[in-house]
Amino acid sequence: MQASRPAPQSEPAGIHARAMDNLRYIRETMERAGSFTAVPGWGIFLVGLTALAAAVIAPGSPGRWVGVWMGEAVLALLVAGAATIRKASALRIPLMDVPAKRFALSFAPPMLAGALLTVAAFRAGFDTALPGMWLLLYGAGIVTGGTFSVRVVPIMGLSFMAAGAAALFTPAAWNDIIMAAGFGGLHLVFGVIIARRYGG
Amino acid sequence: MAKAVAARSDGAGSGAGQPAGQPAGAPNLDRIIHERIRLGIVSVLAVRESASFNDLKKLLRTTDGNLSVHARKLEEAGYITCTKFFEGRLPKTEYRLTDEGRLALERYLDHMEALIRAMRDGAAGAAASAGS
Repeated sequence: MQASRPAPQSEPAGIHARAMDNLRYIRETMERAGSFTAVPGWGIFLVGLTALAAAVIAPGSPGRWVGVWMGEAVLALLVAGAATIRKASALRIPLMDVPAKRFALSFAPPMLAGALLTVAAFRAGFDTALPGMWLLLYGAGIVTGGTFSVRVVPIMGLSFMAAGAAALFTPAAWNDIIMAAGFGGLHLVFGVIIARRYGG
Repeated sequence: MAKAVAARSDGAGSGAGQPAGQPAGAPNLDRIIHERIRLGIVSVLAVRESASFNDLKKLLRTTDGNLSVHARKLEEAGYITCTKFFEGRLPKTEYRLTDEGRLALERYLDHMEALIRAMRDGAAGAAASAGS
C-alpha cells in the first residue's frame, strides 16, 4: 500500500493543488448558475454595425428618421436574439434558465416604456429629445438586466446612460453623431470586450 | 439520517468523476460533497432558489443517469430536497438546497481554505528556517 502513495515531498503540494482546483470549480459553477452568461459579444458587435448603417441613412425628415431607427431597433432585436440562441447552444447552457428570465424581465420594462414614450413624444413634436430618451432607457434596461449577468454588462448600460445624458443636454444638431457613437460605437466596443472575455 | 451518516463516512463518491480523491492529510472531509458532480449540484443550488433536473444537467454537462444517481445521494444525506410535479402535461423535477446542505457546503469551503492556508504557512515556515 505504501508503494502506491505519492512521494512525501509531493503530497502536500498535491493536496494544495486539489483544494485550489475544487474552490475554482465551486466558484465557476456558481458564476455559471447565477449569471446570464449567454450575452452574445459578436451579436452585439453586429448590432453596432447595423446601428452605424442606420445613422448614415436616417437623416432626412423626422418621419424618415424615426422610421429608420424603429426599423433598426427591430433588426437589432432579431440579431441579438439569434446570437443569444447561438451562444447558449454553443456553451450548452439553458437558454431560458432563471438568470436569463431575470435578465429579460428586468430589461423589458424600460424598453416598453421607451416604445410608448416614443409614440407620445413623436406625436407631440418632441422628436429631437428621442435620442437622449432612447439611449437613457436602453442603458437603464441594460444596467438592471445586467445585474443578473457578467460584470461588463451593467458597465455597458451605464455608458449608454451617459451617452443619453449627453444627448439631452447638447444641441439637436449633434443627435445623429451621438446616436452613431452610442448605438454604433458603444455596441462595437462592448461587443468585442464581451466576445473576447466571455466566450463569443 | 442513519443512512446519511453512513454515506458520509463510508467513502461514497469515490470513483469516476472524482478528480480529487480523499487527501491523506484531510481525514474529516465530507465525502458526500467532495465528489465533483455532487459538489456542482450543491454549488448551483447555493446561488439559486431552485433548479430543475434539466437545468442542472446542462449546467453540469452530465448525463441523466449520472445526475440522477448523485442527486439521490445528496437527497438521502438531507442536503437537497426533490419535488416532482407536472407543468401542463410535462413531468418536472425540481431541487432545492436544505439548511443542512448549505452548512455542509460552508464547512467544505472552510476545509478547503484551511488546507490551502496550512500549505502556504508550511511553505513560508520552511522558507524562513532555510533562510536563517
